[in-house]
Amino acid sequence: MGQFILRRVGVMILTALCLTFIVFWLTNLYPNLEKLAKTQGNFRMSEEAVESWLGKNGYLAPVPVKFGQWLGVMPGWTYTEEDGTERGRCIDGDTPADVAPTFCGIIQGNWGKSTVFKDDVSTIVGTRLAQTGKLMFWVMLVMVPGALTIGVLAGMKEGSKTDRTLSTASIMTTATPEYVSGVIFIAIFASSAVGLKWFKGTATSAMEDANFENFFLPVITIALYGMGYIARMTRASMTEVMTAQYIRTARLKGVSFPNIVMKHALRNALIAPFTVIMLQFPWLLNGVVIVETLFNFKGFGWTLVQAAGNNDIELLLAVSVVSVIVVLVTQLISDIGYVYLNPRIRIS
Amino acid sequence: MEMLSWGGIIGRVFLQFSPVWIALIVTFVISIAFKRNLGLYGKLFDSVIGMIGFALVMFWVYTALFNGVFGMIATHDPLSQVSGMKNKVPGIPLSGAEEGEYLYYLFGGDNLARDVFSRMVEGSVIVIQIAPLATLFAFMVGITLGLPAGYYGGRLDTLLSFAANLILAFPVILLFYLLVTPEIVATGIPSYMAAVLFLFPIIFLTILLNSRFFTQPALRTTLLIVVLSIGFWLYGSLVSEWGRGTWVDFLPPFLDGFNISGGILVVFVSVVFVNSPTVFRIVRGLAMDIKTRDYVAAAQTRGEGPWYIMLWEILPNVRGPLIVDFCLRIGYTTILLGTLGFFGLGLPPESPDWGTTINEGRKLLSIYPHPALPPAIALMSLVLGLNLLADGLREESLKD
Repeated sequence: MGQFILRRVGVMILTALCLTFIVFWLTNLYPNLEKLAKTQGNFRMSEEAVESWLGKNGYLAPVPVKFGQWLGVMPGWTYTEEDGTERGRCIDGDTPADVAPTFCGIIQGNWGKSTVFKDDVSTIVGTRLAQTGKLMFWVMLVMVPGALTIGVLAGMKEGSKTDRTLSTASIMTTATPEYVSGVIFIAIFASSAVGLKWFKGTATSAMEDANFENFFLPVITIALYGMGYIARMTRASMTEVMTAQYIRTARLKGVSFPNIVMKHALRNALIAPFTVIMLQFPWLLNGVVIVETLFNFKGFGWTLVQAAGNNDIELLLAVSVVSVIVVLVTQLISDIGYVYLNPRIRIS
Repeated sequence: MEMLSWGGIIGRVFLQFSPVWIALIVTFVISIAFKRNLGLYGKLFDSVIGMIGFALVMFWVYTALFNGVFGMIATHDPLSQVSGMKNKVPGIPLSGAEEGEYLYYLFGGDNLARDVFSRMVEGSVIVIQIAPLATLFAFMVGITLGLPAGYYGGRLDTLLSFAANLILAFPVILLFYLLVTPEIVATGIPSYMAAVLFLFPIIFLTILLNSRFFTQPALRTTLLIVVLSIGFWLYGSLVSEWGRGTWVDFLPPFLDGFNISGGILVVFVSVVFVNSPTVFRIVRGLAMDIKTRDYVAAAQTRGEGPWYIMLWEILPNVRGPLIVDFCLRIGYTTILLGTLGFFGLGLPPESPDWGTTINEGRKLLSIYPHPALPPAIALMSLVLGLNLLADGLREESLKD
């Protein structure tokens, strides 16, 4: 087990490195840098001006070198202005040139500065993640118990009317992406023209003070899309368990049906959905981006859109590092959890 | 002129779709009459779920067909703006209508005074053009790489799986933002990706035919010459655009059959790119399972080549799950296309595709909900249809 985890962590780090390098390379392509220079300097810059701006800010080094600087395994760039003041990657207002460290990358804890928000990337990502964490917490709280209940109810008696109804309902939710269900929900529940006006159509106010009125719609929009899939997986594993020999034995010796479901079937039926729930995280991340844009909730997904739309290189890199780590860690947990939960694998 | 009542709107929309209803009824009557001779397709008509799904899917396919080819369904031009129709509610009579013009905006006007109904109908053409084809391409890539990975295993498998997991670990939206921005398109990376990804269908067909007719060289050679020349002509027409000066633009203009407009090509490539790793994983898993079967061992003993075994022994035996996944994946591709439109990536902002229209409509959603709802419901019904169809197919294919 220990070796398995160690190997998986190794592959994980390699994957994360490859992915961040790809993001780094794509964001550092010349047209992107040109756009960055023009938004930071001014829009009427000539080509030479762009070139010199990029040179002064260390963007013209080869990509692997810049990647090394960002990681913190290569010395950060420095540039001496004509008047003798020194500027560089590790030099800013608080740390003048003579005390600045040579290396300052993410290994040293320096995530850089956002060019759009004019703030430290680490603080931006931290606060935004906290907002999204709040959203995800409620999504999970609605989605997981809901999906498991629907799945177990549907899978208890395969082919029954409950099963048919619930299965069709879960197919419907998987067929409705967040931007469709969100739009429909806003039109029905929040529209000031024709709707019921039960909830608010934006969740901006939920960032400080989340309540039922402004937070329910975003939460349910994300939860619904994931719910159907988990419910179908739970149903599939429940129907499989319900046809197993030991369930038949239990029925023949006279155990009541609720007892069979709760005590005999449920534990085994929940192994597969566990992995599915964990593997849902990458999809939830997509949902978060869409819903945060739709409801104007300024969390992690919203930050991703802002960073990507404005080619804010260091913020975008931090966002991708975080999301890639979320994806990989949940994959790892799902693998370990599967082994741990399944006694057949754990004991052999 | 008076506003239409809701009954009037529904009636007129129903009438407007009449070619689609006729085509649907004809399809169903013929299919049900001959369902015992039609294999898996015929069996679909035994399950209610499958029939509902098929009807929903075919509704949009016929809508796209009649609108795209014959120009029958849409009432107005999806891009033309009529003054005085901005954000008007459904059923509004067209202001200043001329002779021969349709007299109403059935689903109202959007924020640029365009007809919501016609845009919804026109959007189906874009989806029906891109989604199935992109899914097919993703399947070609996934099958061509997944079969050897599953069959041979070992280093090749490790390498390909690592690459697939790499793409899968990317959040899809981030990938889209990285690939589909105008700056990246300017560097030509999407065209290079297109050049690589579009090679796979040709490789697939070549290996498929070569391994089958290896023992009949005359037939094989003629077949391959025909397939390869058509394939490369299509490939060249798709990929190359004379005069950009990159190495993918190898085809001189007089040979270039058609050009796909930049936006659509980029969208197409990124959707194929996102979908193929998942297909790869499915095919790889299926191949690993099937390769231990006796008939594979028998083929190996007969001395068949590895590609023959993969493509003519393993692949036909995994067609069930693959067909089901194909339907599901078209739905997923439709969702992805909508996502791209929703974030305003790739397609031009005035494009009538559903995602872009939803994105346009959502900005005024709480005051004027009518421009965003028709494309949203259209997208949902198509994806729902595909999911139900897949469910019906799965149920029926498990029965035998």
